[in-house]
Amino acid sequence: MTLAVFLTLAVASVVFALLMVLTKNPVHSVIFLLLTFFAIAGQYVLLNAQFLAVVHIIVYAGAVMVLFLFVLMLLNLNTEAEPRQTARWKVAAALASGMLFLTLLGALRGSAQLPAPEVPDPHVGLVRNLGRVLFTDFLVPFEVAGILFIAAMVGAVLLAKREIR
Amino acid sequence: MLDVVRSVPIEYYLWLSCILFCIGVFGVIVRRNALVVLMCVELMLNAVNLLLAAFSTYLSDAQGQILVFFIMVVAAAEAAVGLGILVMIYRNTHTTDIHLLDRLRN
Amino acid sequence: MNALITLILFLPLLGAFSLGLWGSRLSERTTGLIGSGSVLLSFVLSLSVFAHLIGGGEPLRVAVYPFLAVDGLQLDFALLADPLSAWMMLIVTGVGFLIHVYSIGYMHGDPGFWRFFAYLNLFIFSMLLLVMGDNLVMLFAGWEGVGLCSYLLIGFWYTHREYGKAARKAFIMNRIGDLGLLLGLFLIFQTFGTLSYREIFAQLPVIRPDPALLTAICLLLFVGAVGKSAQIPLFTWLPDAMAGPTPVSALIHAATMVTAGIYLVARCHPLYSMSPVALEVVAFIGLLTSWVGGLIALRQSDIKKVLAYSTVSQLGLMFLALGMGAYAAALFHVTTHAFFKALLFLGSGSVIHALGGEQNIWRMGGLRQALPTTYRTFLIGTLAIGGVPLLSGFFSKDEILANTFAAGGMIWWALAVLSGALTALYMGRLLFVVFFGAFRGGEEQRRHLHESPRVMTVPLVVLAVLSVVGGVLHLPHLFHIGAGGEWLGQFLSPAISESRPARLLSAQTEWILMGVASALALGALAWAYRLYAVRLPERSEEKPSRRWERVLADKFYVDELYDRLFVRPAERLSQLLYYYVDVQAIDGAVNGTGKAVERIGAELRRLQNGKVVYYLLGMVFGIVLLFLSLWLS
Repeated sequence: MTLAVFLTLAVASVVFALLMVLTKNPVHSVIFLLLTFFAIAGQYVLLNAQFLAVVHIIVYAGAVMVLFLFVLMLLNLNTEAEPRQTARWKVAAALASGMLFLTLLGALRGSAQLPAPEVPDPHVGLVRNLGRVLFTDFLVPFEVAGILFIAAMVGAVLLAKREIR
Repeated sequence: MLDVVRSVPIEYYLWLSCILFCIGVFGVIVRRNALVVLMCVELMLNAVNLLLAAFSTYLSDAQGQILVFFIMVVAAAEAAVGLGILVMIYRNTHTTDIHLLDRLRN
Repeated sequence: MNALITLILFLPLLGAFSLGLWGSRLSERTTGLIGSGSVLLSFVLSLSVFAHLIGGGEPLRVAVYPFLAVDGLQLDFALLADPLSAWMMLIVTGVGFLIHVYSIGYMHGDPGFWRFFAYLNLFIFSMLLLVMGDNLVMLFAGWEGVGLCSYLLIGFWYTHREYGKAARKAFIMNRIGDLGLLLGLFLIFQTFGTLSYREIFAQLPVIRPDPALLTAICLLLFVGAVGKSAQIPLFTWLPDAMAGPTPVSALIHAATMVTAGIYLVARCHPLYSMSPVALEVVAFIGLLTSWVGGLIALRQSDIKKVLAYSTVSQLGLMFLALGMGAYAAALFHVTTHAFFKALLFLGSGSVIHALGGEQNIWRMGGLRQALPTTYRTFLIGTLAIGGVPLLSGFFSKDEILANTFAAGGMIWWALAVLSGALTALYMGRLLFVVFFGAFRGGEEQRRHLHESPRVMTVPLVVLAVLSVVGGVLHLPHLFHIGAGGEWLGQFLSPAISESRPARLLSAQTEWILMGVASALALGALAWAYRLYAVRLPERSEEKPSRRWERVLADKFYVDELYDRLFVRPAERLSQLLYYYVDVQAIDGAVNGTGKAVERIGAELRRLQNGKVVYYLLGMVFGIVLLFLSLWLS
């Protein structure tokens, strides 16, 4: 049962990802990416990573994708057609990514033998648990992330501001 | 609830993650629209996130999920700033075709 | 004494260096003094060596520097002072000194005055190195050195391209001979394991090499001699060498360098004595050359060319003597020839100088009155070379002829004696055309006619005296002088152990031979007189009319033959190589490499097109490769 769910979600995410990459219309790309994100969120739920699933939806689907759509509308890109790529280029890219895929697989092969506890802990992924780890072991990175956000915000605002003539 | 660990071998997650990652790489290289390139980058990050979460569950270690959390932080910040830059470029060159941005040449 | 011997060799070198370095800043007088002085000092020191040897001293060997000691080969820079080398030293420095003095006058006013004397001194050094060397390597070093100096001096007036060509021709022909010489040296080393004269000759009875091998060695060495001493077939460079200043012609191409070949054969006479075939070849080439040289001289119009061919011819006689085993006779003729040929050349220089550079005898004439000293000394030289009795040439020629008759028989002798008569004929022609009759030059020249200064005429007189009395050096038994007779032969005999075969001729035969030769010589001179002094106004050979005259005047077309056979193919080959090898292959490769680099660069430049996505693709490939390499290692 679980396997079936997993497979469905997996196939869905791959299909939507491919469609996102291959479609010409940027708006369609955004939509497909959104759908991919939902599939991945489903995977998170399957993995009992509750907090992650929710944050994923809120941040990515809710914020980042909306941002993308805003920019699309701003730049009025939905009617634009991209200039075509040469076939050679596509082949090279496919080759590169294919090789990368094989390499990654090869590199990560041994990771299945990592020492795993007999009984998996079901509490990993709960908000309480994550919160505790976050605010104790990872406090400093947490604070630094805050600074990162400030920098990003300031930067984004500055960048997007119109020049005062 | 953790029968995902029982029923789905970790290798499947591995495969899935790698496939998504490589699709993302392909997209970054092939597409000429800067926006789509940024989206492909998000896809790559998500592939990694997925794998990290999977391992975290299978090994009962919370650190994986914490890392995912931080990756999301960075991805969001990067998306924001990246789009800001994109808007600026569009204002100056009226195109989002990355192949036309070759000032690094010479 | 050892130090003195070393000084003999190095004083002229010192002179050459000093003049080379500072000569341009010195006055003509100082330059002439240094140049002549160094040679004079060498001459004086040579006299002391000579005195030592006469007084019963042993031949000396001075090892100056052991310059190569390799496994199996020991070469020393060592000098040998035995009768043969001492005698050559005297000739080289003595006649050399006289010519140096003459040059002070002859080269006066020439902008290259100091250079001339530097080269002359360098030449004396090289020639001394050649004759004083204790082993064949030093001989070869001197051999090359005189070849170099010959080149430098022939092309002395280098602004004339023709002279440069003549210099190159001389050098290249010499080189051909040198190849034979080198091969001979290699064979000698392989056979005897050494290159020192003493050791080779000592090993000879011990090793007893195969006669064919010995003959090969002798013939190869003779090839070198043929080149250096201008015998057939390598003689055409000598007449062209007349492009150099006249003192050069006198010193190098008459008295000394060209005798190096004779010296070589004489020095290696133990080898030759054991190879009758080689001796036969030497004699044959010598006789043939003496005829060809004489015939060509008979119809030449340039005063120096006549003398050049005469030299070729006389050298042929010397080789004939060597071929007959009469080594001492050959060296006697070397000596007397040095006297009268140098005299004749210097005299011709005097004439050329008086006429402002004219060298065509048909534009001379009647110079008897205007140039009295020159005329008289030239006359003596002519009589000496012609073999007129009691002059030096008579005695040396007679010695050669007698030995030819004794060792070779009637036919060889007849041909030789006729060659001698031919000598008298063409030399008489020269004398009478230049000095007798009416002056045929231009008005300008007539007014400028003047006898040469003392610095030029005194050497002429000295040489003339030597040409007259030189015969006393080796008077034949016949004259019943007793102990003083055949002095040179006896002096040289320690060095030239088998001087000549035992004289089998009776006194009567000898007198007859002498008489016939003298009669022919005088007859030839008389005939020349009739042809040229008496009947001159009627004949002018400027335009040879008869077929044989043209052949002789055109030197038997040997130069043209060589040009066709060797020069043009070589030039053609050179052109082909230039085009195919140099331009296409080598330049092509070099330029091609440059172009290839350019093209690779152009291709690589496409990587840097500024498009980030290209770089990303590269990055992905790079990461893959990195993983792979880590994975596989």
